[in-house]
Amino acid sequence: MKFAVLVFPGSNCDLDMYHAVEDTVQQPVDYVWHTATDLSAYDAILVPGGFSYGDYLRCGAIAQFAPVMEEVRKAAEAGKFVLGVCNGFQILTEAGLLPGALIRNNSLKFRCHPVDLVVENNKTAFTNDYAPGETVRIPIAHGEGNYYVDEQTLLTLKANNQIVFRYAGENPNGSTDNIAGVSNERGNVVGMMPHPERAVKELLGSKDGARMFTSVLNAFLSRVNSGAVHGAQAQSERV
Amino acid sequence: MAQQLAAKEPTVDQIADQKIYKQFGVSDSEFELICGFLGRKPNYTEIGVFSVMWSEHCAYKNSKPLLRRFPTTGPRVLMGPGEGAGIVDIGDNQAVVFKIESHNHPSAVEPYQGAATGVGGIIRDIFSMGARPVALLNSLRFGKLDNERVRYLFSHVVAGIAGYGNCIGIPTVAGEVMFDEAYEGNPLVNAMCVGLIDHDKIQRGVAKGVGNPVFYVGPATGRDGIHGATFASEDLTAESEAKRSAVQVGDPFMEKLVMEATLELIDSGIVLGIQDMGAAGLTCSSAEMASKAGNGMELYLDEVPQREEGMTAYEMMLSESQERMLFVTEPQHEEQAKAIFERWGLHCAKVGKVTDDGRLRLFHKGEQVADMPVKALVDDCPVYNKPSKVPEYYLKNESVDTNAYEEVTDLTGALKKVLGSPSLASKEWVYSQYDYQVRTSTAVVPGSDAAVVAIRGTRKALAMTTDCNGRYVYLDPEIGGKIAVAEAARNIVCSGGEPLAITDNLNFGSPEKPEVFWQMEKAVDGMAEACRLLDTPVIGGNVSLYNENVKGAIYPTPVVGMVGLVQDLDHITTQEFKAEGDVIFLLGETKAEIGGSEFQYAVHGVTEGRPPEIDLALEQRVQQAVLGAIRQGLVASAHDLSEGGLAAALAECCFGRGLGATVEWTPNLRPDLALFSESQSRILLSAKPDKADALASFLAGRGVPAARLGTARGDRLTITVGGRTAVDATVEELSKEWKEAIPCRMK
Repeated sequence: MKFAVLVFPGSNCDLDMYHAVEDTVQQPVDYVWHTATDLSAYDAILVPGGFSYGDYLRCGAIAQFAPVMEEVRKAAEAGKFVLGVCNGFQILTEAGLLPGALIRNNSLKFRCHPVDLVVENNKTAFTNDYAPGETVRIPIAHGEGNYYVDEQTLLTLKANNQIVFRYAGENPNGSTDNIAGVSNERGNVVGMMPHPERAVKELLGSKDGARMFTSVLNAFLSRVNSGAVHGAQAQSERV
Repeated sequence: MAQQLAAKEPTVDQIADQKIYKQFGVSDSEFELICGFLGRKPNYTEIGVFSVMWSEHCAYKNSKPLLRRFPTTGPRVLMGPGEGAGIVDIGDNQAVVFKIESHNHPSAVEPYQGAATGVGGIIRDIFSMGARPVALLNSLRFGKLDNERVRYLFSHVVAGIAGYGNCIGIPTVAGEVMFDEAYEGNPLVNAMCVGLIDHDKIQRGVAKGVGNPVFYVGPATGRDGIHGATFASEDLTAESEAKRSAVQVGDPFMEKLVMEATLELIDSGIVLGIQDMGAAGLTCSSAEMASKAGNGMELYLDEVPQREEGMTAYEMMLSESQERMLFVTEPQHEEQAKAIFERWGLHCAKVGKVTDDGRLRLFHKGEQVADMPVKALVDDCPVYNKPSKVPEYYLKNESVDTNAYEEVTDLTGALKKVLGSPSLASKEWVYSQYDYQVRTSTAVVPGSDAAVVAIRGTRKALAMTTDCNGRYVYLDPEIGGKIAVAEAARNIVCSGGEPLAITDNLNFGSPEKPEVFWQMEKAVDGMAEACRLLDTPVIGGNVSLYNENVKGAIYPTPVVGMVGLVQDLDHITTQEFKAEGDVIFLLGETKAEIGGSEFQYAVHGVTEGRPPEIDLALEQRVQQAVLGAIRQGLVASAHDLSEGGLAAALAECCFGRGLGATVEWTPNLRPDLALFSESQSRILLSAKPDKADALASFLAGRGVPAARLGTARGDRLTITVGGRTAVDATVEELSKEWKEAIPCRMK
C-alpha cells in the first residue's frame, strides 16, 4: 500500500504524518508537492496539518486551489482513501470534499492539549480498528477548530452516520454537537481536528492514534483481497 | 525624486554642527573617532550605519569586558560565541545548536509583534548555521497581573510567541514566566531556539572569495524596524510609544518558506557563507560577513527588493524588515540557488560583490553613497569600562533578619498562597496556547523541570530549560548568578540529562548607573564560576541593557538557557509521584533561608534580606549523584526544589497524577521557615519500595545528604514537621489554587 503526504507551502505536520506511517504500518510513503498533477501511484492521500499559505484569507481557502487538489478530488471520487488532519481537514472542507466549515475556537485562543474522543463510527476506512463507542486520547493543536454545520446538514450527517469522532469531555473549541471528525458519505474521506499522527507511540504520551493508520491498511487489504480481511490477518500480510 | 528625498536628509555639516548623531546614541567622542576612521565627516547614511554597528546591541560596548570572564570552551564545544549561535557536539556526528535572544523593548510597546519577531529572529540564527530548529523556549517577566496594562502585555506577548512558533511548526516546549512589580512597564521577552545539525553541515557567516556575488533572499525591504538596534539600547520613556515604527512586523509563513529553502540551499553544498539579517538588518549582516572573511563588500542598493517607494540608502541599510537572509556563493552556482528559492516561491536578488579592499561601499542611483572601513564598523567600537558602585539597598539588606519575622502558623493557608502566586502557579494558560508537540518528538511536555525532545533515529534526547530568579540576583548578584546556572543544571539533571552548555541573556538596567554596572559585574562573576564548576561553558548569548522606565531599573535578570544530553530514552525522568507506596527522599541541606523567596513575597509582601547561599561543590555532588541514580534505574521521579521550597515541591509532585503523599520531617527549624526555605542544591526523589534502600546507599556512598521523608499515597498531602501537623489538604484543593491562579486573573 502506498501513501502520499501532501506538502503545501506552510504545511508543518507533513513530517509527523510521514513518520507516523513509518512507525505504524511500515508501508511506502512519499511527500507529494502541491504542484503535482498525478496521484495515480497512491492508495491513500494524507493531507497534513500546518498553516498552508500562512492561513491567509481563511484556513485552507488558498490550498483548495493548488493543482494537486484536483487530483485529490479525483482520488476521492475513485474511492481512494483520503485523510485530512487539522489544516488538512480545513482544506478538505474548503475543497468541498467534506461538509461543514472550521471557524475560530470559541475561546479565541489557540489550544494545544490532549483530548478524549469517542469513536462514533468505526465503519470508515480510517476507524475500522477501533471499537464503536470506544474512548481514545489524541491531542489537539489549533486556533480554528470550531466545526460548524447548519441544522439541516447536521441531520444529514447523523442520518448517514458521517460523524466519526466527538469530543468526550469538555468541548475545546465550540464545535457543533461536539464534533471532532467527519467523513463523506462513502466513508473513504475522513477529516478531523485532533492529530492522530501525534499519538502513535508511548513516548508521545498516547498511541491511540496509531489505529487510524492500521485501519486504512485493513481497508486497503480487504479491498485488494476483495473479501472481509480483518485486523489480525491483515497484520500478517503486511510488507 | 531622489533629490527631493535627499534634501530631507541633513547634510554632512549639519550632522556635525548640530550634533544630529546624538539622536542616534553616538557620543561626541565616538563621533570624533568615526571622523578619524573615515578621514572626513560622515554623511547621513554613514552615521546611521556606524550608530547601529556601535550600539550596545551589536557591539556590546558596555558588556564586552564582562563577557570575556565567561568560560567559552570545552571538549564538546564546536563553536563558541561570535557566530549566529553556539554549537556543542553530542556524538555520532551530530551536534546541538542553540541561542537565546531578547526582544524586550519592542515587546514593551507592541507586545504581539515584538514577541513574534523575537521568536522569528532567534529561529533565523539557528537555521542560518545550517541547523534544523527543533524546539523553542522562552523566559518572560511581567509586572503584577492586577494591572490592566500588564495583563495586556502578558496576553499579547504569549499570543505573539504562539502566533509565530505555531505557524512555522517548531514546538515551544519550555519556558518560565514570573511576575513582579520590578518588571512593570519593562517586560522581559527572551526567546531561545534549539537546533540539530550534522558536523559537516555547519555554516558560518563569512563573505568568502573576492569577486563572488552576494545574494539577498526573503521578502522585500520596507521602512519597518529602522533603528531597532539603537532603540533597544536606550531606556524606555514616554516617547517610546512614538517609536512604534522601530518595531518590526513578522510573517511566520514567509519565514517557514525561507527556512526550508535555506536548509535546502545549504544541503546542496553551494553556500560559502550565510547570515540572517537581524538587528541592524543589511548593515550588520554585510559588515560582519565581510569582517569575518577579512574582506570588503560592495552593495548595489537599487537591486535590493523594496516594498515601499523612494526608499533612501539610509532607510534600506537600517531597515529591520523580517525574514531576510544574505548569502555568498560562487558565480556559477547562481542559477542553482535561484531554482531552489523559486521552488519555494521566493526570489533571490544579487545585491553585491565580495571585494578585497576591506571597505563596505554602498551604491545607489549610480552614485557611491557610503564608503566605510569594515574593521572600524565591526571591531573598533570603543569598549567602556563603566564605573561600578555597591548599591545602598544591598548594604541595607545585609542587616535584615528574615528569621525574625513573626511565625506563620497556618501553613496550609501559606502553601495555598504560595501555590496561587502567579510566578509559581501552573502556566497551563500560557503553554496550552503553544503548539508543543509538532515534529512529534516532545517526550516531556511543558510544566516539568525541563522539556525533553527525542532525537529521531537514535536513543538520545535533548533536555532543555531556561532559568533565572531575578529576586536572588537583585539581593546578591553574585550568588543569584551562581544559582541561575546551578538551578538550570539541576533541572536538566532531574530530567535525566547531563548538562552540556549554556546560552545567556543578560537583562539589566542602564549601565550608565554604577549600581547597575556593579550588578552586571557581580552576576557575571557568579555565573562564570558556576559554569566553570559545573562544566557548562557559555556558547553564546545576548545582552539587553537599559531595561528601565520611569520607575527605575528591572531586577537584574541574567537568564540562563541550558541544554543537556539524555543518553538513553529510558533515562527520561519526570517530577510527578508515580505509584502508591513509592518512597520519598529529600536530598541536600535545608537552612532557614527565606530572603528573596516566593513565601516572603506572597505571604510577607516583601523582597529583602539575603538570598539563599550556594555551595557549588555540594551542588555538583548532588547533581552527579542524581544523574547516576537515574541512569542506574533507581529513581521513579525527580524534582528540583526552587521557588516555594519543600512544601511547594511536594505539592507539585502530587499534581501530575493526583497522587498524594504523607511526609514526616524533623528539620530542627521553625516549621514555616523550614517548609518554605529556598535553600539550594536540594532535590526530591521518589523510588519504588524495592529500590529505596539501594537508592539510599547509592546517595550515601556519594556523600549526598538524603532524608527519607515518607511515601506517596492517597489523595492528600500531609506534612508533619517536628511531630506537629503542618500541612494537611487534599491534592485537589491545592491543585485548584495552583491551576486557577492565572486564568482567574486573566478573565
